[in-house]
Amino acid sequence: MFGLDKKDAKLLLIVAALVLFAPFLLNPFPTDSAMAQFNAGYPDLMQRFVIFGIFAIGFNILFGLTGYLSFGHAAFLGVGSYSAVWMFKLLSMNVVPAIILSVIVSGLFAVVIGYVSLRRSGIYFSILTLAFAQMSFALAYSVLTPITGGETGLQLALDDPRILGVAQTEGGNIPVPGIFGLEMRSTAELAIGPWEFVFNVGYYFSGILMLAAFYLAIRIFRSPFGMMLRAVKSNQQRMSYTGLNPKPYTLAAFVISGMYAGLAGGLMAAMDPLAGAERMFWTASGEVVLMTILGGVGTLIGPVLGAGAIKYMENIISKINSEILHGWFAFMPDGLEDLIVALIYPFIGKGWHLTLGIIFMLVVIFLPGGLVEGGQKIARLFGRKKAADDETPGKSTEPAE
Amino acid sequence: MSKLNLTRRGVLKSGAVAGAGVALPTIFTAQSVAAHTNEPTGSTVTLGFNVPQTGPYADEGADELRAYELAVEHLNGGGDGGMMNTFSSKALQGNGILGKKVEYVTGDTQTKSDAARASAKSMIEKDGAVMITGGSSSGVAVAVQALCQEAGVIFMAGLTHSNDTTGKDRRANGFRHFFNSYMSGAALAPVLEKMYGSDRKAYHLTADYNWGYTTEEAVKSSTEAMGWETVNTVKTPLTQTDFSSYIAPVLQSGADVLVLNHYGGNMVNSLTNAVQFGLREKQVNGKNFEIVVPLYSRLMAKGAGANVKGIFGSTNWHWSLQDEGSKAFVKSFGTKYGFPPSQAAHTTYVQTLLYADAVERAGSFAPCAVAAALEDYEFDGLGNGKTLYRGDDHQCFKDVLVVKGKENPTSEFDLLEIVEVTPAAQVTYAPDHPQFSGGALGTCNNGA
Repeated sequence: MFGLDKKDAKLLLIVAALVLFAPFLLNPFPTDSAMAQFNAGYPDLMQRFVIFGIFAIGFNILFGLTGYLSFGHAAFLGVGSYSAVWMFKLLSMNVVPAIILSVIVSGLFAVVIGYVSLRRSGIYFSILTLAFAQMSFALAYSVLTPITGGETGLQLALDDPRILGVAQTEGGNIPVPGIFGLEMRSTAELAIGPWEFVFNVGYYFSGILMLAAFYLAIRIFRSPFGMMLRAVKSNQQRMSYTGLNPKPYTLAAFVISGMYAGLAGGLMAAMDPLAGAERMFWTASGEVVLMTILGGVGTLIGPVLGAGAIKYMENIISKINSEILHGWFAFMPDGLEDLIVALIYPFIGKGWHLTLGIIFMLVVIFLPGGLVEGGQKIARLFGRKKAADDETPGKSTEPAE
Repeated sequence: MSKLNLTRRGVLKSGAVAGAGVALPTIFTAQSVAAHTNEPTGSTVTLGFNVPQTGPYADEGADELRAYELAVEHLNGGGDGGMMNTFSSKALQGNGILGKKVEYVTGDTQTKSDAARASAKSMIEKDGAVMITGGSSSGVAVAVQALCQEAGVIFMAGLTHSNDTTGKDRRANGFRHFFNSYMSGAALAPVLEKMYGSDRKAYHLTADYNWGYTTEEAVKSSTEAMGWETVNTVKTPLTQTDFSSYIAPVLQSGADVLVLNHYGGNMVNSLTNAVQFGLREKQVNGKNFEIVVPLYSRLMAKGAGANVKGIFGSTNWHWSLQDEGSKAFVKSFGTKYGFPPSQAAHTTYVQTLLYADAVERAGSFAPCAVAAALEDYEFDGLGNGKTLYRGDDHQCFKDVLVVKGKENPTSEFDLLEIVEVTPAAQVTYAPDHPQFSGGALGTCNNGA
């Protein structure tokens, strides 16, 4: 299907199903139960899952295939966001031109930075990209304040021109981003018994783009171009000696991955029309590296899983406070309750970084291939059993064709 | 490697999947009928406390959270009632808000606009918060305020001092109790004139971000109006920790006053550097060299230690104030946590009470009704004397404190001494004042 072999088509379908049914999968607990704390099926977080999924997929095209570790990828995300918000300010609140511009601008930006940075490899490349990203951050934060809004971030205002749209709505407010009149924030709710599921336009819009991005990544991974990129990773010198110039390939990979980041940045602005300089800070660049490694470098689905895991912790674990903990352990005798709460407290709320750090360490030590390797190990565990089951004759039924 | 073979079955399969994906969001009819976003229908109402728990302003954030917890306790009828007893409005009964028990959710802004918006969004979308409050930086306040306007909930700003919050970035759903850069300048200038004379040359070091710019502008225009000359203004990066290289040129510039438009850790470091350079013992133009810090807080004074002695600045509130409201608040905060509250704690506590009171008086949680109840509302008994919530820009007008680092502190909390209480009339400005121009409130948004 779609020019993919069976295995990849299956993977794409699984991801599509995950995206489609995420509102159900992420809200497994009834709204009134104590476990509702762990529900992640609200629009903002679901949007973040897919948007950072796109970001990580793009990063993986560079890092996973060529082995070039860029420590400045957040710069492209930020550039994408700024371009999108400028489109909202100048042109209209339709997200299509905004996203197109954000991809183009970040692509151009990536050509410039890539051309310079790719003259070096290894740690020197990482440092160069890091330096460029920090320069972009510093510029956006102060020098370029008229263009970027500085610390406050670039925001929409009531007196923006918006030549193809309206400057203000009838009620005198700033219009919200939408696609041909369908607002990104409009949401439908479905209540089944005590459960409540939320379907958000912005989420499905980003989700469709993520599937497109994922599909494109599969095609790149399986293409001769992808093979060249892998050759760069395995031995660049050998590649040069066989008469192939690795430069154009790495630059192309860098630009593609920069455009993915720009798409993610544009989408972030489309979901929430504000672009802040913090998006370009080095910690944001580090985050996407963590996502990719946590999920599994060089695998197709790994970065998406990694992005989901990190965003989940950032948004869910960080919101558990000591009151909630006391609520959970209220059934215990007082002394024991306080002890348990005191033991868990450092790892929740503002301590979520600590939890993330521990999980990251465990993954890197025991599952160097990331969460994907963990999944494969489990699958193999069950797979062996299944293989044994397969001996039974029932399986041999052939399709009628 | 890439192959494209279209089979009938394949096309049908993918078509069905794509069709289902496109159709799904439209199957369900949009939205249940609610009068406004997150209208509380049960026996409880949820408020969202969005404060920095990590990052440079984590200390302020922690103190804000303490104040919020105290406010919720008082609203629900617990504790000694604090400032509810001294508040001029008697609408609050201690039975929650409109009879609904107050619950709250907390989030971490990380002092980043993005993170703050994500956290506020999750409070609105997931937890059903009907009001968002908090923040310890103007960038965050402006960003979250815009979000609340869009989503249709009320935003009660925490510690934000930049003019822009109620200036060019003001919003109909956002309200600020804290004072601003203009007020600092207007309150400080007369005191500085009295202490240091009207013939001075000032040198500004300014934190290189939005709040720094508006503070520099405010102090500059107020001091120039009384005859001071501004020799130079230099921007310093927000992440700077060593200011020696910025202090050295001050001595050569011929300036005799150094204005530090810095906050938090920045101010602690720059002031310490300036004092170490011996600026305060210097004689320039036949006068003693002086240092001014426009925005002071007790937490900063604590960080800078003995260096703050005798240095002037302004503050929104201080625990040593002797009016009934302040005494009641300091007492109940002190009883619960064992130390006096900071100005950040005070403003967030007051904002929570003001919101609850406005809801009671409006008889509704709908943002437009609450906003109407807050606009042009005059109240007293919340620690700053008579206060007006101006309807034109949703800024509170009240007395501003000019403070000085105490020469002989008696405890680790007794670091600032109130020099003058500048009356509200002196810091009031027109809504279209040049330092606040370029913004519009728009109209209130009920959302949903």
